Amino acid sequence: MDVAELITRYEDKDLLRLLTAGSVDDGKSTLIGRLLYDSKLVFEDHLQSLEKDSKRVGSAGDGIDYALLTDGLKAEREQGITIDVAYRYFATPRRKFIIADCPGHEQYTRNMATGASTADLAIILVDASQGVLAQTRRHSFITSLLGISHIVVAINKMDLVGYDEAVFEKIRTDYLDFAQRLEVKDIHFVPISALAGDNVVERSENMAWYRGAPLLTHLETVNVGSTRNFIDMRFPVQYVMRQSADFRGYCGSVASGVLRKGADVVLLPSRRTTKVKRIASYDGDLEEAFPPMAVTVELEDQVDLSRGDMIVRPDNLPTVAADLESIIVWMNDKPLSPERPYLLKHGTTTVRAEITRFAYKFDINELSRKPAVKLELNEIGRASVRLSKPLAFDPYARNRATGAFILIDATDNVTVGAGMILDRRTFDDADEEQKKGPVRERKSQVTPAERADRLGHRAATLWLTGLPRAGKSTISFALERALFDAGVHATVIDGENLRLGLSRDLGFAALERSENVRRAAHVARTLNDAGVVCLVALVSPYAIDRDEAKETIGPDRFFEVHVDAPVDVCEQRDTEDLYRRAREGQIPRFTGVSAPYEAPTEAAHTLDTAQLSVDESVQQLLDMLRQAHVITPDT
Amino acid sequence: MTKRFSLSHLDQLEAESIHIIREVVAEFENPVMLYSVGKDSSVMVRLAEKAFSPGKIPFPLLHVDTSYKFPEMYEFRDRYCKELGVTLDVYRNEEALADGANPWDLGTSRCCGLLKTQGLLQGLARGKYDAAFGGARRDEEKSRAKERVYSFRDKHGQWDPKNQRPELWNLYNGRHHPGETIRVFPISNWTELDVWLYIHRENIPIVPMYFAKEREMVVRHEQLIPLEGSTRLQIGEKPQKIMCRFRTLGCSPCTGAVRSDADTVEKIIGEIMTAKHSERITRIIDHDQDGSMELKKREGYF
Repeated sequence: MDVAELITRYEDKDLLRLLTAGSVDDGKSTLIGRLLYDSKLVFEDHLQSLEKDSKRVGSAGDGIDYALLTDGLKAEREQGITIDVAYRYFATPRRKFIIADCPGHEQYTRNMATGASTADLAIILVDASQGVLAQTRRHSFITSLLGISHIVVAINKMDLVGYDEAVFEKIRTDYLDFAQRLEVKDIHFVPISALAGDNVVERSENMAWYRGAPLLTHLETVNVGSTRNFIDMRFPVQYVMRQSADFRGYCGSVASGVLRKGADVVLLPSRRTTKVKRIASYDGDLEEAFPPMAVTVELEDQVDLSRGDMIVRPDNLPTVAADLESIIVWMNDKPLSPERPYLLKHGTTTVRAEITRFAYKFDINELSRKPAVKLELNEIGRASVRLSKPLAFDPYARNRATGAFILIDATDNVTVGAGMILDRRTFDDADEEQKKGPVRERKSQVTPAERADRLGHRAATLWLTGLPRAGKSTISFALERALFDAGVHATVIDGENLRLGLSRDLGFAALERSENVRRAAHVARTLNDAGVVCLVALVSPYAIDRDEAKETIGPDRFFEVHVDAPVDVCEQRDTEDLYRRAREGQIPRFTGVSAPYEAPTEAAHTLDTAQLSVDESVQQLLDMLRQAHVITPDT
Repeated sequence: MTKRFSLSHLDQLEAESIHIIREVVAEFENPVMLYSVGKDSSVMVRLAEKAFSPGKIPFPLLHVDTSYKFPEMYEFRDRYCKELGVTLDVYRNEEALADGANPWDLGTSRCCGLLKTQGLLQGLARGKYDAAFGGARRDEEKSRAKERVYSFRDKHGQWDPKNQRPELWNLYNGRHHPGETIRVFPISNWTELDVWLYIHRENIPIVPMYFAKEREMVVRHEQLIPLEGSTRLQIGEKPQKIMCRFRTLGCSPCTGAVRSDADTVEKIIGEIMTAKHSERITRIIDHDQDGSMELKKREGYF
């Protein structure tokens, strides 16, 4: 073959990114060294220093210590361990390989997650003389969690067990037994000896019973094309290029799906629709672009699109929400906690983020779940995250590119965690199922219509939200009096009363407020089920908590009322000096002063209590109830 | 379907590099691209052109010049930057040069320390650059295998191997406090062969020194030392005409050539595919001591 032909072949070859995991003694570095050595890509001067080092510090006796080819930093070479993810490169005429070499000692979770995030395939090393160990399970679990669907179990040191097929079969069976619990599509087993070179590059004559391909042949031919999502078109805007008044280009990498010239698109978050006018690149305009291509898009209409926005197809939208459920891998000495503020980077967007709830953490040794209140370094758990503004995302299992995020410490800017977004519906259902066990919902024999007939009115919840001292309680109790006098069964669920009783165990952190709202919502629902009109007077500062309350109670009987008054008006009414004490730091997390308030955007009614008297407010709410046919027009 | 939507390894590497370059430009105030005149720099500059096409590269190039480069390099640099229409910022550590810094009297390490390491830090400070693209690749040297794409430096420009940010997916964390700087390596995942294949595919101009021709050389410690720079002959040495080429371009007193008759990119690639020596062997600076690159990096060298 002449050089020109060779060049064409090398230029067109494919790329496979893989990770290798195993502990210090599994022979991982030896395997990688062997792959580099046997694919003849170790340069001569490296080879000379390898021979020199092998004699000086090597652990392979008089032979060549292949592990020394892959060790890097001086400190670790002297300690004989690898301390971080190292990237290795080699190529055959069929493929270029990028190996993320992940060490298996105590920092393995952080390192493996890092290596796995960009890999399509994982080689898990098992020492044939040891069998499947706890760490084999841990490495496999993290691999599967990070969405790698191809695993090669390299059963190493076969030379130490006399190349015995029975040993290989036993390990294979043991591995498959536990791997049933992992979501890995393709598991492949190869018996090897990295030290002796059996089944690494060349087929081993010592294991005639093994009919499969040597490891390298498998790596050259395995089809990992399914790793990328070519269905859901997502184009996050990375950089806006303004070359002149009439040219505005949106630069970015196609995250998933296929972007086509002339296609109808929707812009998020604005939800404006337009068309793709042009897909530009240095090498000329393109008809279509797919992952991971980096291109520049021009749109038909002059729109205001900025970094972090996303271009999608109208018939295939991602979830757009300010809260998400996720699996988080924690990578920092300071634990992940609801008490600390974080930044979340997703695609090309960075937003503020806060943990609102931990569902559980994994016990990686047992592969079981445990309750959690925080995550320590190298722990993995499921947490709910609330964001400062909505993001467009997909479940990680469906779309790695739009389902992944990193968490950044807002104070020191360090990357502290990695997150994978869950498909809330399926996971919640599965979780609920597990939690509930044999519990199932029982139905009442009395219908709401029957109750309404007897009582003379329907049931409803008026959810009064607003700043402290905006007038929620005063109006609620006045309305309760008016309703009672008119023959309507009504009652008040008051925030401060809740804190004295049902919720006296709760503080004012975001997730405790959420729990308080959840409890109030369930009480209101029960009272509504009994036919009672319920007036909830509760600050309930977070929109997503109120949305959840609406779901709990039922959207058709839930009326969100924004009791709206400017902070200074509330402060004037504040006879107990709450605002002043909050400003002086005596009362922590006081809404409107040291904690946020998210005003309703689609309230059923807004009461401007700076302008309205209590009576006027009560009359407006009565009118609202009449119009909604909760109470009769003559009530 | 997978065949239809598949990219060659070069296209994938290109896309990844463009993504990194754009990300830095979007998240940093004042980026700069370090330009060493070498082939890796040429590839990096082409990637920057591609990232912002049909527009122009939105940042300057910075050449940290030691004054000891080969004349062909200066000539190529000035012509290439002019053709590209890109701003070229040249920095020399004039103070050290005025004090007579040279590799013969100071030794390679100290000379590099002053003219390259200090020069780089001073050049970045003068331009108030907060992000600097560099053409280093992880396969060049063992200690680079662990280098991140974003490499954070403290306010003295120093690198702490224990305190680097994890990098997951393509989500690079560019958050930085005022005064902190980063080095960014957009071609981290490229190998020497990838670089040459890309130069071939894209027709990227490179300094003619990479191509073999007959040059006046002196053979010293089995290395070919060029005489066209400022090399001084040692006792007993005789210059001779040798067909050779340069695999890496550095300063003329410290860069060796290899015997070769590869005078085209194709021939060079043919040579690399059967290469016996890794490319850094002709960089004399690496032979100072075991693990010397890592020591240099801790001090702020690229």
